[in-house]
Amino acid sequence: MDGIHDLGGKHGYGEVSKDAVAGTDAADMGPVFHHRWEAAVFAMVNAGAQAGAWTNTDRFRHAVERIDPVAYLSHGYYGRWLGGVETLLVEAGVITTAELETRLAARLTEQTAQVVTSSNEHVAARPASQPEPLGPAPQGQGSQRAVAAAPRFGVGAEVLTARTVSAGHTRLPAYARGRQGRITALHGGWIFPDTNAHGGGECPQQLYTVTFSAAELWAGGDPHFDVSLDLFEPYLRAADSSPAQQQKASA
Amino acid sequence: MTTDHDHDHDHDHDHEHDHDHDHDHHLPPQALRAEALEALLLEKGVLAAGAVDSVITRYTERVGPMNGAKIVARAWCDPTFKEWLLADGSAAISEFNLEGGQVEKLVVVENTAAIHNVVVCTLCSCYPWAVLGLPPTWYKDPAYRSRIVREPRTVLAEMGLALAPEVHIKVWDSSAELRYMVLPQQPAETLGLAEAELAERISRDAMIGVAL
Repeated sequence: MDGIHDLGGKHGYGEVSKDAVAGTDAADMGPVFHHRWEAAVFAMVNAGAQAGAWTNTDRFRHAVERIDPVAYLSHGYYGRWLGGVETLLVEAGVITTAELETRLAARLTEQTAQVVTSSNEHVAARPASQPEPLGPAPQGQGSQRAVAAAPRFGVGAEVLTARTVSAGHTRLPAYARGRQGRITALHGGWIFPDTNAHGGGECPQQLYTVTFSAAELWAGGDPHFDVSLDLFEPYLRAADSSPAQQQKASA
Repeated sequence: MTTDHDHDHDHDHDHEHDHDHDHDHHLPPQALRAEALEALLLEKGVLAAGAVDSVITRYTERVGPMNGAKIVARAWCDPTFKEWLLADGSAAISEFNLEGGQVEKLVVVENTAAIHNVVVCTLCSCYPWAVLGLPPTWYKDPAYRSRIVREPRTVLAEMGLALAPEVHIKVWDSSAELRYMVLPQQPAETLGLAEAELAERISRDAMIGVAL
């Protein structure tokens, strides 16, 4: 999904807040929750999963990606989670939007009503009228799964990443699409988020760490760094420029 | 730009105010919606009474960067453990009996004189909860997530970490379920200190890679 959440390499977001960076001595652990409501959202995410509103983290992550893009940038981390959890609770039929609006109206004072009335502009959640099925139950603990087929690539192989993605959930960020990188680690089989988020099952795939040079990702600028991502095999194909590596990988 | 930022901004001008005190004046719309949803889920029995408090207790008292600091201190004191930690982070930390989730496979990356590592999640805010707790605000904000993969040296300098131009930076974008933690270099002046003393000197930010 080419969504607002896919932030890597985007321009224009300004300096990293120095206030928030304070706390480089070990005694200062930094604020875990700035307000109680943030902890409440955290607890509701756990509760929603336990209530069966969603059955895996991939689906939850995608629900956060689906929230209103303005809200994504302006509501903060736990505001984004709130949009995701409301979306999934409504889609699963655990609550209705009308029930929530009633509770909200009851809580509004004259002052707070000025902030929230009238508006859908502050509502992050975007429940679908015809939600996707939850799909099969998880096939085991955690996210690692056996994959019958051997990995297509070995360490050192040069690979090209896919140029495009679906409108659904994916873990191939825009800045790393259509780029050439080198396999630097193999991690075995893991649940494929692209299917699992949509009720399509776990469809486990080989997972690799792929390292990209700064020059490959960004023209110009500081060349003395690289960026590594953990990418699933369906995102990758052998790079034509390294036939020797392809042979090695398929041997 | 974000709620958290707005809050920090208010805070600068309002040091003496208790958070609960100016509740209604400062709570953003999503806070009111969260409270309404909490009330609804309590009514329906989906959310247990006390669940919010137990989240707060867990992530302020038991799950936090003090756990990662113990692991780093052990690695600094015990070369065999360090080797194991770098080869198989998940197995090496199993004896610490950590709770907190989000670390099915831990990869520990080592800083050296020539290489500096830094961790991000550009797509959401994946973070090794079990060893570092919940992420700091800046880690989750668009500025860090957008820029650290594109101009890491500049961002680190803004955050107070000026690296020499010849130091190679390795950025780790947590795009799957692996979680990354940085093993900082031990400062020379701390050589010989006991493990527990060392653990107290290791910062969360050093284990993310935005400080030394």
